[in-house]
Amino acid sequence: MTVSSPSNPASNQVIPTASSAAARLSGFLRRRPRLALLSTIGAPVLWMLLVYIASLMLLVAAAFFKIGKSGKTTTEFTTENLRDAVTTSAYVQAVLRSLSIAAMVTGACFVIALPMAFYIVKIAKPSARRRLIVAVLLPLWAGYLVKGYAWKAIFTPDAGKRAARQGGGFLESMIGWTPGSGTLAVVITLTYLWLPYMVLPIYAGLERLPPSYLDASGDLGARPLRTFRSVIMPILIPSIAAGSIFTFALSLGDYITPKIVTGGKLQMIGNVIDTLQQQNQALSAALTLWPIAIIIVYLIGMARLKAFENI
Amino acid sequence: MKTQRIVSALGASLALVLAACGSDAKPAAVSTPKSTEAVTPAAETTPPAVASVAPEITSADTVAVQDTAAVANTAAAGDLGDGEGELNLIVWAGYAEDGSTDPAVDWVTPFEDETGCAVNVKIGNSSDEMVQLMQSGEYDGVSASGDATTRLIEGGEVAEIDTDLIPNYADVFDGLKLKPWNSVDGKPYGVPHGRGANLLVYNTEAFTTAPDSMSVMFAPDSPAAGGVSVYDSAIYIADAALYLMATQPDLGITNPYALDQTQFDAALALLGQQEGIASQYWALYTDQQAELEAGTVLAGTTWQVIVSLAEANGAKIAATKPKEGATGWSDTWMLSSKAQHPNCMYMWMNHIISPEANAQVAEWFGEAPSNAKACDLTSDGFCDNFHAEDDGYWDDVWYWTTATEKCLDGRTDVACVPYEEWVTAWAELRA
Repeated sequence: MTVSSPSNPASNQVIPTASSAAARLSGFLRRRPRLALLSTIGAPVLWMLLVYIASLMLLVAAAFFKIGKSGKTTTEFTTENLRDAVTTSAYVQAVLRSLSIAAMVTGACFVIALPMAFYIVKIAKPSARRRLIVAVLLPLWAGYLVKGYAWKAIFTPDAGKRAARQGGGFLESMIGWTPGSGTLAVVITLTYLWLPYMVLPIYAGLERLPPSYLDASGDLGARPLRTFRSVIMPILIPSIAAGSIFTFALSLGDYITPKIVTGGKLQMIGNVIDTLQQQNQALSAALTLWPIAIIIVYLIGMARLKAFENI
Repeated sequence: MKTQRIVSALGASLALVLAACGSDAKPAAVSTPKSTEAVTPAAETTPPAVASVAPEITSADTVAVQDTAAVANTAAAGDLGDGEGELNLIVWAGYAEDGSTDPAVDWVTPFEDETGCAVNVKIGNSSDEMVQLMQSGEYDGVSASGDATTRLIEGGEVAEIDTDLIPNYADVFDGLKLKPWNSVDGKPYGVPHGRGANLLVYNTEAFTTAPDSMSVMFAPDSPAAGGVSVYDSAIYIADAALYLMATQPDLGITNPYALDQTQFDAALALLGQQEGIASQYWALYTDQQAELEAGTVLAGTTWQVIVSLAEANGAKIAATKPKEGATGWSDTWMLSSKAQHPNCMYMWMNHIISPEANAQVAEWFGEAPSNAKACDLTSDGFCDNFHAEDDGYWDDVWYWTTATEKCLDGRTDVACVPYEEWVTAWAELRA
């Protein structure tokens, strides 16, 4: 700041020179479009490469180091970790468990989100639409851990049958049933957490659906179910695929929800990675290749359904 | 057109100003050493209590500790030179309280005032995390349990210490000195901090008669089935081994940290069976505390500190040492081999086992102090409760130790399962 003060009286002269320099620069860049592109997105791309891709590469590389005595990573190359990660049945089971949970969460989100989005777009009064969308988004503003612990409290089973403890959580005390602390509890919690990410793309997809299509389908004699199957669904598939990327990927990698809701009993692949990362970093890194591979395959599949045009 | 020009001119001048500021920032950055200078006066005020027979501070005062064994005990501290003004520690939660948890609980501030070493504390949540943090080389010292110390020594993360520089070492219980987990070939690698047993906690409403056996943790027909809380760490395999040591003598287990493959497999099978009755695997002590308070845990492996905290919040629980014995810990303050502030670390090691600090930390954490004189300063009955002076109590407490291929029980005809395999076996079991 101190430097600028003496230049103040001369600022009248500075302005024209600066602006002509800017003009020259813009002319220069116009003649070299590639350089212009690089100057605008260069920094973010570099950031992406360094922070994201490079660290991912480091992670992959870490899987190939041998673990020495006392759990310390050595510089020796080995494929042992990778083999263990792929062949050990316990790890494979954890992967399958995570896959099925992610699939269930995605399915449940779809089943709930579709009617919700449909109601908001096609049935609710236009004036109520915005409020409903805000209501859908509202839970995203609450802390993840808060929501996790809240569901745990809701699911708490009644210990009173054994001990002299009364009640149990909300579900147990209200309806006498609770999913307890197993797979179902994890699926319900994750479905709740990621539901907005499914509602939004479907909402956007339905908004683009011209009402005349539905009218035309009805005029041609189609029943609602047929209209849904032949008119709405084909248009919505990219939106659903887009939403499923969020619900599937977020569920597959989650490890905090199962830890909270099941008291550490149910282990998803993220939990196994978390357990091992302090004691055997290389094996832990090798195990991360599972979710990376699964997500890559999943993304390719969804890209085929044109999901990325709808995110 | 004209407005456009003005806008671009404004933009250009703004850019110039920013550029000017940017170049301005550099001298500012250069001036930061001033703030470190501020540390020096603090170091100068070091009271005579700990040090400073040494000459006035010379420029770079990271003098490594001189290896002068010939110095008389009385002058030992003086030999240390001055503190470096800072100390970075990895500790178990509750080992370095500076009054921020409870204003009355503070043994860090007096240390800082006395030595001029500003203490930075990093909580390690598990032995494995502590080992990992120490491997970074960014810390001066650690309060390591026995399942970490061997790994730290083997990995070269910690250095041998000179107990002559730690006057309070003389008052440490002999039963804790030069043990396999804190020494190599009779050379000390740290100072003993305190010890405790992993207790059996139970819900007093669920158990009208107190359980005295680990069977409530392991038997399929346990009265606590469905409400068993297990410590989520590979070291817990030793608890299963300890139970087998008492219940299946045929296996021939004599030390729960020295398991050959057959014994190890038997322990794992038992743990697999335990999954059926477990309701929680806790790694963070607060997780178990919460479940104890909620009353959903009927029996579990615990630490005294968790019991104290949960009881304070109204949990109806009690804890006991099972008749089979227990695993436990004997923690050691160790000096990093890459310590930036070794003098401060020596001062800390002397401070933390001083009768005053040792008594405070023992009472706060709920463990037996390591300094025999600390018992005079703890509250009435505390040392009796924690069996600090009762050697018999510790006979069947198996302190956490890192399993190695060379069997720790002295067997040479078989190879034992090393801790690296405990880790993967535990991960697989849990998965």
